[in-house]
Amino acid sequence: MGINMRRFFLFIPLIIFLVIGALFWQGLKLNPTDLPSALIDKPVPDFSLPALQDDARAITQDDLKGEPALLNVWATWCPTCKQEHAQLNKIAREENVVIYGINYKDERAAATEWLRRYRNPYVLNVFDKDGTLGLDLGVYGAPETYVLDAQGVIRYKHVGAVNEKVWAELRKILQQVSADSQG
Amino acid sequence: MKSIIALLLVFVSMGVNAAIDAYEFKDDANRERFQQLTTELRCPKCQNQNLADSNSPIATDLRREVYRMVEAGQQDEEITDFMVSRYGEFVLYRPKVNESTWILWYGPFVLLAVGAVVILLITRKRKRTNNTPDDSLNENEKTRLARLLNKGNVK
Repeated sequence: MGINMRRFFLFIPLIIFLVIGALFWQGLKLNPTDLPSALIDKPVPDFSLPALQDDARAITQDDLKGEPALLNVWATWCPTCKQEHAQLNKIAREENVVIYGINYKDERAAATEWLRRYRNPYVLNVFDKDGTLGLDLGVYGAPETYVLDAQGVIRYKHVGAVNEKVWAELRKILQQVSADSQG
Repeated sequence: MKSIIALLLVFVSMGVNAAIDAYEFKDDANRERFQQLTTELRCPKCQNQNLADSNSPIATDLRREVYRMVEAGQQDEEITDFMVSRYGEFVLYRPKVNESTWILWYGPFVLLAVGAVVILLITRKRKRTNNTPDDSLNENEKTRLARLLNKGNVK
């Protein structure tokens, strides 16, 4: 065994340290609550639930098709939903983006009152009282926002509030999705 | 006597607190499967707890789903597949064996083997050097030693 080889062996612990250190450093920047959605590139699961504002009207997965849109899971018991509500209104009104809502495990009266008071950014609202659609979508905490393409396929999922910064990201994805469906 | 009764009451109330939700099972096998599954499935919201330990609403919902499926006679595999298709591989505390997880499953054994090989090499080398002890000095070293010792004496 040459002297160079032996010297190289001395550096093995240092090399291991550097590799592990680099991995840990990367790990620090990861957000552990960022879960990859299991439903990316899959269609919205089949469902049939009443509309929030009209109990007699049944909404199904087909009602979410037609054009690229946002699908927002919200509830009146969720403080972060209140935070993002103004941003959703802005997106819907100023940029004419279609936003579907899923009112998740909520009270109908409270939800209707909320939309009356804070304005309604949603084209339609699914009333998911027992959270069955939420379960099929893999919702684990409101608010969550999905980007759907024109065929109702989930293309992206964001967990947490939609703010200016998140919307910039979602807008890009939405534009990409629109370009894909036209091309 | 009073203190003994008080103590007993404390223990009784502890038992009541431990039961988060009361499910009636068809038989003990189902109860065991339910307990096994809820300890092995991870709560998506409170990430370092399993379904059995968590009090979050989503964990309650998922426990109810597991209960429903266990009682409907579904296999463990069907139930975990149901969860994975919604929440991803993440929910499995015991990940499936596939290309992306083989390092998790077999990595430790590979490291163990590497360690064994290293130890073997080191002990072998040591044995070899021990068998031929060569602590005698050659001519050059002898003169150098003498010179150094003399230097010390001059001082």
